[in-house]
Amino acid sequence: MSNGLIGKKMGMTGLFSPEGQYIPVTVIQLGPCVVTQIKTEATDGYNALQLGFEEKKATHANKPLKGHVKKAGAAPVKVIKEVSVDNPEDFSPGQTVSLDIFNIGERVDVVGTTKGRGFQGVIKRHGFSGGRETHGSKSHRVPGSIGCSAWPARVFKGKKLPGQYGDNRKTVRNLEIVDVRPDENLLLLKGAVPGSRSGVVMVKKTTSQKK
Amino acid sequence: MKVLEQIEREAMRMDIPDFVPGDTVKVHVKIKEGEKERIQVFQGVVISKKKGMANATFTVRKVSYGVGVERVFPLHSPIIDQIEVVTKGRVRRSKIYYLRKLRGKAARLKEKRVVA
Repeated sequence: MSNGLIGKKMGMTGLFSPEGQYIPVTVIQLGPCVVTQIKTEATDGYNALQLGFEEKKATHANKPLKGHVKKAGAAPVKVIKEVSVDNPEDFSPGQTVSLDIFNIGERVDVVGTTKGRGFQGVIKRHGFSGGRETHGSKSHRVPGSIGCSAWPARVFKGKKLPGQYGDNRKTVRNLEIVDVRPDENLLLLKGAVPGSRSGVVMVKKTTSQKK
Repeated sequence: MKVLEQIEREAMRMDIPDFVPGDTVKVHVKIKEGEKERIQVFQGVVISKKKGMANATFTVRKVSYGVGVERVFPLHSPIIDQIEVVTKGRVRRSKIYYLRKLRGKAARLKEKRVVA
């Protein structure tokens, strides 16, 4: 059984529960994915499935990709990612995996790339409160002091400073599956997932404890 | 985008009657008390309707023992058993917030004349 799948975030909306609660849901188009390579304990030292998501035209694929997918007998794909697998012998290269590995009520972890916000200051990036706007204050959005003086005569590693914010890999754990629609390859999760609409996300069976 | 639209459309209720701000409505709300379920009626003037698909809402205002009470209902919520339109009001704007400042006789709305 594959422990995860690659998908695409479609966006967020809301649904009503039978009790009348409005549940925020994220819609993910999950799979179908094609198995491009199988990694086993014997050959690679660990068990994993390499999955491909979203076919692309052969004219858009480069030769290394074409050669790689040819081994599995699959069409060129846009995204290739690895997921862990319990029993790799159950799979054969070129096989498609769809979202019927997930059931309603189960919990999943979602890995995605957060929205890139560019070079940002400490207020947006780290939630600093900044200085006063008025009463003669001239330090409005500056970080302030970043350390001591003669000792240690340097800035400590990991000091929160301005820099690139967003566009990094983030995992959201323990999201509940609200609905699974195998016909349209749609997965509905309660809550938000990282990234923009049409961003690539990976949905895995959760590793955290069920509440 | 089409996918999201479809999902929201499925969550919408099609049995909601047509009403506009200014109308007086009776909203039958399902209330769960432990195991039992009963229906409470909230009657008042619709002072606003927020458009949307599944997340559309409407606000009903009534004056209860001299105190104005406003309640916002999600239009497609399953807790609404039914909505009855009692009277059609004649108003000239879509948000009847000016009712909040008015009391007693002044806080009445003219009824819409229906051409038979």
